[in-house]
Amino acid sequence: MTARISPGTAYGFFTDTSICIGCKACEVACKEWNQLPGNAPRFLGDSLDNTGQLDAMNWRHVQFVEQFTPSAPGGGGGRQAWLMMSDVCKHCNQASCMDVCPTGAIIRTEFDTVFIQQDVCNGCRNCISACPFGVIGFHGDTGTVRKCTLCYDRLQAGMQPACAQACPTQSIQFGPLDQLHKRADARLATLHGDGHDRARLYGRDGQVYGGLGAFFLLMDRPETYGLPSAASAVRPGRNNAPGYLGALLGSVLAVLGGLIALRRRNESPGTR
Amino acid sequence: MRNEHFAVSPDWRWYILLYFLLAGIAGGAYVIGALLRLTGVDRTAERVAFLLALPAIVVCPVLLTLDLGSPARFWHMLVNTTPGGGGLNLHPGSPMSVGVWALSLFSVFSLVSFLAALGRPAGVARLMAGRAGTALTVVGAVLGLFVASYTGVLLSVGNEAVWSDTWTLGGLFLASGMSAAAAVVAVAARRRAAAGTERRLAEADGWFALVELLFVVLLFITLAAAGSASTVLAHGWILLWVVVGLGLLPPLLGLARRGMAGAMTAVAPVLVILGVLALRAVIIFSPQG
Repeated sequence: MTARISPGTAYGFFTDTSICIGCKACEVACKEWNQLPGNAPRFLGDSLDNTGQLDAMNWRHVQFVEQFTPSAPGGGGGRQAWLMMSDVCKHCNQASCMDVCPTGAIIRTEFDTVFIQQDVCNGCRNCISACPFGVIGFHGDTGTVRKCTLCYDRLQAGMQPACAQACPTQSIQFGPLDQLHKRADARLATLHGDGHDRARLYGRDGQVYGGLGAFFLLMDRPETYGLPSAASAVRPGRNNAPGYLGALLGSVLAVLGGLIALRRRNESPGTR
Repeated sequence: MRNEHFAVSPDWRWYILLYFLLAGIAGGAYVIGALLRLTGVDRTAERVAFLLALPAIVVCPVLLTLDLGSPARFWHMLVNTTPGGGGLNLHPGSPMSVGVWALSLFSVFSLVSFLAALGRPAGVARLMAGRAGTALTVVGAVLGLFVASYTGVLLSVGNEAVWSDTWTLGGLFLASGMSAAAAVVAVAARRRAAAGTERRLAEADGWFALVELLFVVLLFITLAAAGSASTVLAHGWILLWVVVGLGLLPPLLGLARRGMAGAMTAVAPVLVILGVLALRAVIIFSPQG
């Protein structure tokens, strides 16, 4: 699909959830290529999901969102939809994890992806509390945090990421972002023309963290898939100034109180 | 509008709780020592405050290092180890990065003031006795205020529920740390301090507790506006707020009865420190489940 992968070009994923069939081939391909151990089978009581979440061992996670509402007695009115989405690190243009990382372990690569240098990370886990998508996980064996690398090693070798290559329906598409944007716009127009009014693009434009390197075509509101809405997609740095101002206010008040209490004054002898 | 949060827990637990407590006490003790120096009311209590600040701050890097997934790489906080990088690491937008540098610098000032309080080596004691010493002490106090408060800012600069829903945590941790420090200094200086010092420290603790109470109110207002107040009140967390309240009572009552009763009772410092610990525990642990 991608003719040549060149450093200096922004690459990413366009995940079209309208054609995801929930086969989990992406999860398997990711684990195979990145040598991530498999999961012991677990029953989560959440549709066909037995992966649970993105973390240090699961860099792709296929979500199953059941939207079954009963039909009215007359037979109409029910909604039957099974939304599936292969979730992944969003490789944000304005990456919250990069904002807070104290070691500089999280970098932007020559392919405009977000990558955690395993030999630099010291496992402080600040990025975990900053990532608004709950993508990053801590790995006890390595003592570092880990997430999708967008197959950095494969890109360097001119190969597309393993998940995109394995996806049988091309729900996960890899390529230069500008090309993916055009493809996504066309697909959205088709879906709207077919009457799928709830379909929308998520992360295509700059409203969510300056645009996402891994963006999605969703069939419902972002919150349905566990994604923050554009209004909630705010960077951690927004709290720097107010936080420090609050600390300054507390400092001024405390020092004033201390000076009042500890000042020189006339006291009767013997008071302790 | 209720804020949406999809961030997962960083699993910051007991080491971080203890660090937040000791950073508050160390920074607070140094600031109290500096205030005593500036007012000149009691050199003995001033020395006690500086003698307390260093041991408290020395433990902090140990706790932070133990909490790291790769403790041997603690120095990656200070030095850029990215291949081809080099140089020192300072990311102004990351309170953790700024805080590590502030902690390092504050430790140096604490050491110097500690040595001056001991009176040896004589050169350090002479340096700190003059105007230059006063200036250095003021700079150290500013760093102490930062160390006692940035931990709250660090929590806020993220996307976790509660932490990122309020701007009050820096001021709250600062005031409560000062309160705990006043209690510790008062106990340590009890037998040696000048007349009236214990009473003054109790009154100072009252002011610090009043500022803490103000920030607790602001905390709940901001959390209620964000729709996350229930997180810090759910389950057993309400019991920790009771401990917070019990810790605030002695200094606040002391302040209200200023000039009549004065000094703290023997149990009051324990209540104050437990209250400050409980405050940090409920803030740190409740959003992480």
